[in-house]
Amino acid sequence: MSNTPSTLFDKVWDAHVVRKIEDGPDVFFIDRHFIHEVTSPVAFLGLQTRGVDVMSPERTFATADHNTPTINQHLPVADPLSANQLNQLETNSAKYGISHWGLNNPKNGIVHVVGPENGITLPGMTIVCGDSHTSTHGAFGAIAFGIGTSEVEMVLSSQCIMQPKPKKMRISVNGKLGRGVTPKDVALYIISKMSTSGATGYFVEYAGDVFENMSMEGRMTVCNMSIEMGARGGMIAPDETTFNYINGREKAPKGEAWEKALAYWKTLKTDPEASFDLEYTFDAADIEPMITYGTNPGMGIGISKHIPLSGEVEGGKSSYEKSLNYMGFHEDEEMIGKKVDYVFVGSCTNGRIEDFRAFASIIKGRKKADNVTAWIVPGSHVVEQQIKEEGILDILHEAGFQLRQPGCSACLAMNDDKVPAGKYAVSTSNRNFEGRQGPNSRTLLASPLVAAAAAVTGVVTDPRELMEEELEVSGTY
Amino acid sequence: MAYDKFTILRSSAVPLPIENVDTDQIIPARFLKATERKEFGDNLFRDWRYNQDGTPKEDFILNNPVYSGRILVGGKNFGSGSSREHAAWAIYDYGFRCVVSSFFADIFKGNSLNIGVLPVQISGEFLDKIFTAIEADPKTELEVNLPEQTITILATGESESFDINGYKKHNMLNGFDDIDYLQAMKDEVKAFAASSMY
Ligand code: SF4
Repeated sequence: MSNTPSTLFDKVWDAHVVRKIEDGPDVFFIDRHFIHEVTSPVAFLGLQTRGVDVMSPERTFATADHNTPTINQHLPVADPLSANQLNQLETNSAKYGISHWGLNNPKNGIVHVVGPENGITLPGMTIVCGDSHTSTHGAFGAIAFGIGTSEVEMVLSSQCIMQPKPKKMRISVNGKLGRGVTPKDVALYIISKMSTSGATGYFVEYAGDVFENMSMEGRMTVCNMSIEMGARGGMIAPDETTFNYINGREKAPKGEAWEKALAYWKTLKTDPEASFDLEYTFDAADIEPMITYGTNPGMGIGISKHIPLSGEVEGGKSSYEKSLNYMGFHEDEEMIGKKVDYVFVGSCTNGRIEDFRAFASIIKGRKKADNVTAWIVPGSHVVEQQIKEEGILDILHEAGFQLRQPGCSACLAMNDDKVPAGKYAVSTSNRNFEGRQGPNSRTLLASPLVAAAAAVTGVVTDPRELMEEELEVSGTY
Repeated sequence: MAYDKFTILRSSAVPLPIENVDTDQIIPARFLKATERKEFGDNLFRDWRYNQDGTPKEDFILNNPVYSGRILVGGKNFGSGSSREHAAWAIYDYGFRCVVSSFFADIFKGNSLNIGVLPVQISGEFLDKIFTAIEADPKTELEVNLPEQTITILATGESESFDINGYKKHNMLNGFDDIDYLQAMKDEVKAFAASSMY
């Protein structure tokens, strides 16, 4: 290794370049490949057509999540198309010797939740999956990003993809987060400042004390949303918090291997003199609980604010008006008090145990609003189990909520969990595109605390009004 | 999957002057349940193109017979959102070979190049010129010249160049894909893998 100062991203990237192609992409080696039922079938078909094998089945992990039902998972899947995809994942995995966590397997869950949970995701790795929120794994100091189906086929057949090296961006957030401000709010705030294309072409490193003080769950939430500002991915240097999270997990290194890995992982940070192509710095004190009002994740505001005037936003006026029109909102309106029909808590953004703890902290001792339909969906069976063990399930039941079974659910509404046309959903997921949660559905992205406040009041509500004074649920959760 | 070679494309174009066209609009998630690459073109822009009862929405551009061609011209930040390659498939299967915009989302751009749809990124000013020209005459022809890396409005001769890396250009010109390349260097990859710590 040379002595020129380099960034965390450089260190991990450069260690995985098999070959550099002149005026072309790098041949980039992949340590871990996650697959799921939706983006893998055509890739397997491609292998078959070409007559090639899976090169490293032991580096590949399959889980069913995108179109699985979230109730009665013990019954056969009713939708024949979904059932077919799930079957194909199972048979393809069996055929090529790939580990497969299908429905009802105790390890099953959303791909970006189960990877870290089982110690498959480790610092310094390169990780890909045919799902753009693969960026989640960057929370461990890995380079992780989403790929298309052609690339899934490349990784299956050669454990490599062809990638030009992205540019480097650092986003620092310093200071202390306010009451009720969670990692999701930090992510939505950054995206609202950057816009949905502000980081296109870049790989982001998150730095500053806000992230240093954040739990692994919180870091995963932030890295997860990197793609929503166009970035290929985001990463955070591994530290004691990371190592403590990983230590003891099933597939994490043990004994001597652990010591060796740890020594390497401690070198994975940006050198003080290293430079980035672009840097942004934000102040934690400026962030309040966030909510989106439009049809892309960059259209977010502090919950106490008014919807911006079209003259204040970047980009085309007609696109902005189209978006507000779709949402049934107007410029300069207040978000507080808007009626809510659905609440969704879950997804790879906010489907981990801390998210349900946060949700429970507000609904405890209250009742679900009558006008709200709530889908409370854990990210994995492990999370589901924790919810039960920690007594959160009792709190949910007392307040009139049901817990569903794990899966992507209303995050992309491929299963039956669809928000009806015209209805408003406060959702802890990551995308509020037109129709994302069902044809003509309207999505307001927010944190689990904002979702909880909406679920018990039936309208958009500032969660800080419902939080007990002494309860410090914030950035570190 | 192999695709047809791309050299010079002369065609009229379909304008979609909307910013941030995301992959959920290009192909909604509920159409991702296929296990083969078939019929995605039918569901391209499904919810903008059809009412819920399946009847076409008359005011949507693809339903307007005045506009046709093998080039789709979109507003800034085209293809943001998910990694679904199905979005690029839908565009290809519908009959487009080229998407023109002033800015593309990364994953969409990569997916398009992998399956034979050429993303042509041009300046905002030139994009406006193209929209204006098509508005004035829906039959306006564009020429996308990959060897020269130029795009031209044929009626006026106005032209701009675009970027593409040499490797991808070579693939597009010859209809090659990356998997062929990677298969040929398997031993090198195996040696690399053997020294990896994970
Ligand atoms: S929860 Fe949503 S974003 Fe996450 S993997 Fe599933 S579909 Fe993708």
